[in-house]
Amino acid sequence: MKRITFTTAATLAFVANAAFAETEITWWHAMGGALGDTVNQIASDFNASQDEYKITPVFKGTYEETLTAGIAAFRAGEQPNVMQVFDAGAATVIGAKGATIPVQDLLADNGVDFDINDYIAGVRYFYADSDGKMIGMPFNSSTPIMYYNIQALEKAGVTAPKTWEEFQTVTAPALKEAGYTALSQSHLPWIFTENFHSRHNLPFATNNNGYDSVDTQILVNNDAIKAHFTAVTDWQKNGHFEWFGTGWGDNQTPFEEGKVAMWLGSSGSFGGLSKKDLPFDFSATMLPYWETVTTEPTQTFIGGASLFAMAGHDAEENKATAAFFDFLTSAEVQYFWHKETGYVPITEAAYEMAKADGHYDRAPAAEVGIQQLSLPAGDNTKGYRMGFYVQIRDVMNREYGRILTGETSVEDAFKAIESEANALLARFAKTQG
Amino acid sequence: MKRAGFSTKWMPILLLLPQLVIIAVFFYWPAAHAIHSSFFLQDPFGFGSTYVGIDNYTDLLGSSEYRRVARFTVVFTVLVTFFSLALALLLAVKADNVLRGARTYRTLLMWVYAVAPPVAGFIGLIMFDQSWGPLTRFAGYLGWDFVLGVNFNDTATAMVIVSVWKQIPVNFIFFLSGLQSIPRAVREAALIDNRSATGRFWDVTFPLLAPTGFFLLIINITYALFDTFGIIDTLVKGEPGNNPMTLVYKVYVDGFRGNDMGGSSAQSVILMVLVLALTVFQFRMIDRRIHYT
Repeated sequence: MKRITFTTAATLAFVANAAFAETEITWWHAMGGALGDTVNQIASDFNASQDEYKITPVFKGTYEETLTAGIAAFRAGEQPNVMQVFDAGAATVIGAKGATIPVQDLLADNGVDFDINDYIAGVRYFYADSDGKMIGMPFNSSTPIMYYNIQALEKAGVTAPKTWEEFQTVTAPALKEAGYTALSQSHLPWIFTENFHSRHNLPFATNNNGYDSVDTQILVNNDAIKAHFTAVTDWQKNGHFEWFGTGWGDNQTPFEEGKVAMWLGSSGSFGGLSKKDLPFDFSATMLPYWETVTTEPTQTFIGGASLFAMAGHDAEENKATAAFFDFLTSAEVQYFWHKETGYVPITEAAYEMAKADGHYDRAPAAEVGIQQLSLPAGDNTKGYRMGFYVQIRDVMNREYGRILTGETSVEDAFKAIESEANALLARFAKTQG
Repeated sequence: MKRAGFSTKWMPILLLLPQLVIIAVFFYWPAAHAIHSSFFLQDPFGFGSTYVGIDNYTDLLGSSEYRRVARFTVVFTVLVTFFSLALALLLAVKADNVLRGARTYRTLLMWVYAVAPPVAGFIGLIMFDQSWGPLTRFAGYLGWDFVLGVNFNDTATAMVIVSVWKQIPVNFIFFLSGLQSIPRAVREAALIDNRSATGRFWDVTFPLLAPTGFFLLIINITYALFDTFGIIDTLVKGEPGNNPMTLVYKVYVDGFRGNDMGGSSAQSVILMVLVLALTVFQFRMIDRRIHYT
C-alpha cells in the first residue's frame, strides 16, 4: 500500500514537473474568422512539434485594437511575448526604442540562423530599420493586385490591362459596353497612394521615405499622383470606375456580385474569394502603371502585418519566442499559411516549395502577389516609415472620399493631405524627442 | 418631529467614504490625468513625453477639421434631441388616449429600449444597405439616391434616424408616466374651459409635463453627445473617411486608433468643460423656471 502511494506520488511529481518545465508564451493577434482558425492551427502545430514551449494565441480584435491593447499592456508591464502590428502602426512600435527586441537580434542571440536574403525581395525591408536590420518578423504579408472576372473580360473581348493608359482607352470602354462597371478598389491610401509611389518608384517622404529620421515630411502632393486622381475622377464620370465607400468590403462586394469587372484588392483576399461560391471565375494580374510616369515599373511592397517580440520578458521566454519564429518561417508552415489564406509566403524557400507542389498550376492567381513583390526594386520601393500614420491614412481617406463625392478638387485635397500629414509628422517627432 | 442625527461628525463621513473613494478613483483621478496629459505629447509606449504647454489646444482650435466635427456635433445633437423628444411626446399622447389594447401598444413601443447601440447601428446598416436596404429602396422611390457611407449628408441622415429610433422608447416611457400623473380633475376642468384638443394640450398638459420634459431634455442632449458612439462606429464601419463623426468619436479615433495621447486628452478636457457648462446651465438657468407640482 505504502509503495503504491509512493509510486503515485512520484508519478504525479514527475508529470507536474514536466508540465512546469514547459515555457509558456502568448501571442496577441488580429486575425479573426477563418484566418483566426489558421493561426490557431499553426500555434497548435508548434505546440505539438516539441515539448519545451507552449504558445497561446489570443485574438484581440482589429489591427488598431490589438495595437492599442498591446500598448496599454506594455505600460502596465503585462505585455504579451509576441504582438501582431499592422503596416501603418509600424512606426509607432519601431519608434519606441526598447519596446521590442529586434527580431534579427532575438534570432541571432538564441542560435537561430538568420539571413535577410532568404526573404522575398518586397518583404525584406518593410519592417527593418534604416540600416536594414529586421525589427519585426513579416507575418501576414500581402500586396495589392488586380482581380478580374474572367467571363466579363471575355464578354467584352479584352484582356486584363497592363497599364492605366490601356485601361482607360481600351479595357474600360469595352467593359462598359458589355454592361459592367470596369473597376472598383478597396483602401485608397494603401493601393492608390503608398503602392502607387512604389510601383512608379516615386519618393513618398523625405529622409529615405522616413526610414532615416523622424524629422520627415510627406511628398504626396506631386504631379504624378494628382494626375492619377484626376484620371480616376474622369473614369468615375464616364462610369468606368465606381467608389462604394471607405470600408474594405464596400468595394469588394460589388465585384463578388459580378457588377464590377475588376477589383483592386489584397493578394491576401485570394483565400477568401476562392472559398466563396462566386457566380463567375476569377483570376488576377499585377497592378497597372502609368506609362507616362515610367516605362520600367518597379515592385510594390507589403501591407498586412508583422510580429514583434516584446521586450521585458526573461531569457527563457525569449528563447521560446525565437523557437516559434523559427518554426513560423519554416518553408512548410509558410506554404501552409500561403495556401490557406492567400497571404504571400515570406521566404524564397516556401515559394519554391509552393511551385514544386504545383500550387500555382492549380491557382495561377495565387502567384501574382509574390511575382509583383519580386519585380526589380528601386530606391523607393522598400516601404515607408511615418509616425501617427494611422491618422494620416484617416486624413487621406477623408480627402479621397471628398474628391470622389465632388466636395473638393484634387488640387485642394492633396494640399490638405500634405499640410495635415506634415503637422501630424511634426507632432510625432516631438513625442520621440 | 424627531430628527435623526449623528453624535459624532466622523460617522457620516465614514459612511460616505466608499462612495467618495469610488468617485475619486474612477472620476476625479482619470480626469486629472487627462488634464495633465493634455499638456504633453507622449510616445504611445510611454518612453518619452515632451511638455508642449497649450499647443494641443491651439492645434485643435486651429484645425478646420476639428471645427467641422464640432459643427456637425451641434447639428446632430439638436436634431436627435428634437426629434426623439417630439416623436416620443406624440406617441405618448396618442398612447394615453388608447383604451383598447393599450398595454400591447405600449409594450411594443418600449421594446426598442432593450436594443444595444451597436445592434441598433447594425440594424441601420442593414436597412440602409447600398444595394438592397429597404430604406434605401424607399428613398429611391422618392427620387433620393441614398448612398450610406459615400455621401456625407446621407450618412448623417442615417445616423440621426437610427439614434432617434433608439431613444424614442425611453422618452416615451417618461412622457407617458408624466401624462398619467396629471390629475383627472385638472383635465376635466380643462375640457369644460377649452373645446380644442390642441389648445388643451398646449395650455394645460404641456406645462404640467415640463418637469419631465426638462429632465428628458438633459438626458437626450447627453445621449446624443455621448451614447451614440456605438451607432456611429457601426454605421461608419470604424473607418469614418469623409463621413460625419461627433466629438466623442473623434476622441476615440485620435486616441485609440491613432495613439495620439496628448491630442485626444485635450479633446476629452474640452468635452469635460462642455459637460460642466451643461450642468451649470441645467441647475442655474432652467431649473428655476420649472414648477414642480
